[in-house]
Formats: sequence, C-alpha cells, structure tokens
Amino acid sequence: MFRFLVRRILGAAVILLIISALVFVLFYAAPRDPARIACGKVCTPETLELVRKNLAISDPLPVQYWEWLKGLFVGRDYSSFGHCNAPCLGYSFQSREPVLDTILDRFPTTISLSLGAAVVFLTFGVGTGMLAAVKQGKALDKIASSASLIASSMQIYVVGVFATYLLVDQLHLLDRASYTPFTDNPGKWFSGLLVPWLVLSLIFTANYTRMTRSQMVESLSQDYVRTARAKGLSSRTVFFRFAWRGAMGPIVTIFGLDLGVLLGGAIITESTFSLQGLGMLSVKAVQNNDLPMLLGVVLVAAGAIVVFNIIVDTVYALIDPRVRLA
Amino acid sequence: MSTPFLSVRDLKVHFSTEDGIVKAVDGLSFDLEKGKTLGIVGESGSGKSVTNMAILGLHDPRNTALDGEILLDDKELISATEKELERLRGNKMSMIFQDALASLSPYHTIGTQIGETYRKHTGCSKKEARTRAIEMLRRVGIPQPDVRVDDYPHQFSGGMRQRAMIAMALVCDPELLIADEPTTALDVTVQAQIMDLLKDLQQEFGTAIIFITHDLGVIADIADDVLVMYGGRCVERGTKKEVLRAPQHPYTLGLLGSMPSLDGPVDVPLSPIPGSPPSLLNPPSGCRFHPRCTFADKVAGNRCSGERPLLEVVDGRGAACHLTPEQKRELFSDYAAARTH
Repeated sequence: MFRFLVRRILGAAVILLIISALVFVLFYAAPRDPARIACGKVCTPETLELVRKNLAISDPLPVQYWEWLKGLFVGRDYSSFGHCNAPCLGYSFQSREPVLDTILDRFPTTISLSLGAAVVFLTFGVGTGMLAAVKQGKALDKIASSASLIASSMQIYVVGVFATYLLVDQLHLLDRASYTPFTDNPGKWFSGLLVPWLVLSLIFTANYTRMTRSQMVESLSQDYVRTARAKGLSSRTVFFRFAWRGAMGPIVTIFGLDLGVLLGGAIITESTFSLQGLGMLSVKAVQNNDLPMLLGVVLVAAGAIVVFNIIVDTVYALIDPRVRLA
Repeated sequence: MSTPFLSVRDLKVHFSTEDGIVKAVDGLSFDLEKGKTLGIVGESGSGKSVTNMAILGLHDPRNTALDGEILLDDKELISATEKELERLRGNKMSMIFQDALASLSPYHTIGTQIGETYRKHTGCSKKEARTRAIEMLRRVGIPQPDVRVDDYPHQFSGGMRQRAMIAMALVCDPELLIADEPTTALDVTVQAQIMDLLKDLQQEFGTAIIFITHDLGVIADIADDVLVMYGGRCVERGTKKEVLRAPQHPYTLGLLGSMPSLDGPVDVPLSPIPGSPPSLLNPPSGCRFHPRCTFADKVAGNRCSGERPLLEVVDGRGAACHLTPEQKRELFSDYAAARTH
C-alpha cells in the first residue's frame, strides 16, 4: 500500500509538471503580448522593455519556466514586487496581487459549492438509484428512471436562471445565491449556497441515480449474491453487504473524478450565479492574458483532479481486495 | 417410516416472460431419504437447476409461479414465508454452486463467508464463528486452515475454492445438500477428490444429497438413485444401476450413447442425440422428446406427438415412454449392438 501511494504521488507530480509546461507553451503560442497590453496606449520600446522586466517575462521561455518552477519550491525575487515566499505562484499581471493569495481567497467558495452539492447529489442520487433497483420494473423505478433521464439532459445555465427566477424572485422561498464564509455566518453561508447546490446537484443526481440503479441491478444478479441468499442471510444484509459492495466501486470512481473536476472550478455554475470561485477566476485569467494567474488556477484544478484520482484508487483498493493484493 | 425426508410432489415452476410463459419445470415428483444421494441428469435447460432453486426458494418471485408441494421433514416450503425460508437456508438445507469463483463474494475473506452462515444460524460470537470456519476448512482438506481462513477467494485455486464452498454449505450440518454441478468446472483429478469428500461427509453426517449434473460418469460414481429430466419433466427414474445399465427411455439411451465408454472398443464413434433441446416457451406436443426420438415412428397412431406419456413409477422405477417393454427390449438391444460393432 505504501509503495503504491509513493508511486502514485510521484506520477501525479510528473503530470502536474507536464501540465504547467503545456500551459506555458500554449500561453506564448497566443498572439497577444501581455506586456504590450499592460504597457498602455503610449508605449515606447523602453517602457515596454521595463514592463517585461517587471512582469518577469523578458527572459527566454525555458528560463521563465525554470524561474517559475524554482519559485514554487524556494521562492522568488521580483524586481518590481519584491520577494515572494515559497510556494510562489508569482504575481497577477492584472491585479498585481500574489496569485497564491487570490487563489486561497477564492478557493473556499469553490470548495463550499462543490462539497455541498456533492453531499446533496450523492445522497439523493445513490438513494433513489437503490430504491429504483429494489423496485425494479415497478412504478417507482419507472418514475425515477424517466425523471433522471429528463434531469440529466438539463443545462445549469437554464435551470439556474429559472430556479432563481421562480424560487427567489417570485416565490421568495430561498435566498439569492451569494457566498458568505462559513466562519462568518454559517446560516448565511448555507442559505446563500442552497440554490446553487440544488441546481448543480440536479444534473449530477440524475447521473448518480441511473448509475447506481444499473450497478445495483447488475450486482444483484451476481452469483455471489445468490449464494448469500442461499446461506440464509436476510435480504437487507444481502443488499447492503454484498450487492452494494459490488456496486460501490464504479460509483466511487466517478464520484472522485466529478469532485476533482468540481473543485477545479465549476465554471458554468459560478458564472450563472456570479459566485467568485476558481472557475470565474480562470475565465478572467484567460480573458486578461494573466499568465501567472492562469498557471496557478490550472495547477490547483489539475492538482485537485490528480489528488482525487489517487484517493479513488486508494478507496477502490479498500473496497476490492482483488485490486489491493494484485 | 411415514413420509420421506424430502418429498417433491407435482412441482411446477413457470416463468412469465415477455414472450409468454416458460414452463421450466412441469409436474415433477420425487422423494429422497436421509443419507441417500439422488442424481438429477439432463441437458442445459431441462429444469434441473430451476427445481433446486425452487426448493431453496431462491427463484425471483416477481416473475416465477410455483405450484405443487415440497415437503422437507414435513415442512411445506412453497407456502413458507421468506423469514421461515431464511432460517432453513444454509442451516437445514444448503447448496453448492457450479462456479465457486463467481459464487463466493470477492469482497469478503473465506473465513468471514463461512463464519457468517454459522453466526446467522447459531447466533454465536465472531470468534467462535472463526474457530468453526477454521475447523470446517480443515475438514474439507484445506492445508494450513488457520492461515488460509483470512484469504480471499481469488487467492485460492479452483479446487480449493470448491472445497471452501462445500465447507460453507456444510457449516451448520445441513440435512439436505443440493450440489448443482459442483465438479463441472474442475479438472478430473480434483473432481474425484471433491466427490470423495462429499461421500465421506455424507457418511459422517447422513446428509441427503441432490446432485445435479449432465455427466453420467459422475452419476455412476456418487448417486444411489437417478432422475433423468427432459424439457422440464422427469422422463425416467430408478436406481443408478437400473437407469445406467438398462435404460427404459430413448433419451436416457441417447445420453449413454453420447458418452465414451472405457471398457468398450475404442474405435466406436459417439452417437450424439440429434436436434436441440426443446423450447419451453412452446414445447412439443405429446412426448416432449418425440421430435428427436429415433423410435417415435415405432409407436402406432402418432401417439408420441399426440399424447403425453405418463410416468408410472413402481418401486421407484419408471419411464415416461409409449414404447412397450417388448419393443424396448428389442430396439434398445439393437441400438446397443450397433454401437459395439
């Protein structure tokens, strides 16, 4: 298990390295010059050169990348911004603030949004999926299956706007989407995020319902489930200890990947509800040609996915001894 | 001796499917005494497994209709509630399945799987269940049982898995053991070991065994009585010797003919039964075997296709066939002669 983890973490580091290098190269492949933009309307070659120096983009590409990497581990000195402690992600071209601070400032919004929605869609998705599997072929199953098919073809920007209009503006049942830090006011944190959670969950719930149902139906038809019944175990034991155990693996896998992606920024959801999370930050960074910010956000997003991949693999090994001992 | 230990009377198992009703078992009766082994033979889809799933009540109640009577030690099982059946399963009656790898849970250790049956039915502690599991593994001949008890099924070899399966089925000393092709997936030497193990355990505990197989060689080894099934019905029954030595039904004869014989001449070609098993959705009229039967034209008046031959059992011996005993004697010996020359 230990060796497995070490191997996976090393692999993850390599992946992150490649991703950051790719972002670097892609950024410079774009025809726009961030220094030219920052320089303003009246721009002499001298000022342009100065801006380049200040933004730390006057060196050749490999040197820049090396400096950036070094900054991550040992910190970095900027001519204009001064010293930046490790892990240093540089300074935003746009706001001139440290990238790391901005990300740390926005991350709680994204974490709250993702984890809250995950709790909702996992509970409801797996719950209805299980019910549908038990009531296979009966009315409840048909309702759950068709409802989930409809829900999964919805789009967040449609449902989000509609839900806000109906539940917030017209019926005044829920609060308008907003983010209040949990530590400031848990009640407001909850009520402000409830609509985004529900909307974001709607689509995921549908997927989890269908996935849970099909996994459980398949799992319930396995020979070892029949054996468990032949041993005289109660249907509840058979259902949870045997069938659910077999159905869990794929669900955990997809859940881990979904959560990783969500933590990297739910771009559409955040835009729909104007929540200032990582997703919005990455959109703005692209719009503003803000390389350090873009790199920072991409690194966090990729990191979230890679970390959850490792978690998924570890959990999978815990669920299935055949993976663990292979 | 009043009633036999297990008595199945006119059992019908019908599945409703989108295409219609499948009569998987259509009026089956047999008895089984303690300490005896009944071999049930037949092709795939003849209703062997379905019969035994019905005895344990493991059929899917949503699409299965059961009719008839199953008496286990005077307890009627068809009308029993799920809770009553749960108490019997794994305890008084248990089952060994064909594919031990698929039939054992890949997520739990061998010891847990054996122990939980024991715990469920005796209510003992986890520790006692573990001790019992080790004892059972030792009894079925697993080396180092105190170590292997914590292994998962995929760490066992095929033969060992089947032994573990047997240990699991026998952990509560059941009085009825149903073995559904337990040796089919194993190689011949392991197969022989498993059969010996079952025979030893039967002698020790007086278990009644129903042994399902399509392998007549296995039947010859283990069974006391034999029941031959075709298309959901019993076509012939009798003692092992009677059925294998002097078959009274063309289907049994065909089964014997499609099996190589070690003591006969080696260059005799096998003679498989022509055609394929009947559709149970729309079974042939009359005798269900008649479209494939070599002798159907020997019975006058198209009785084979028009009239269902009844199974008349005298002293546990009988066959459902319209041929007269004289015809059988003549035709069957000609058939046997053709095979040896």
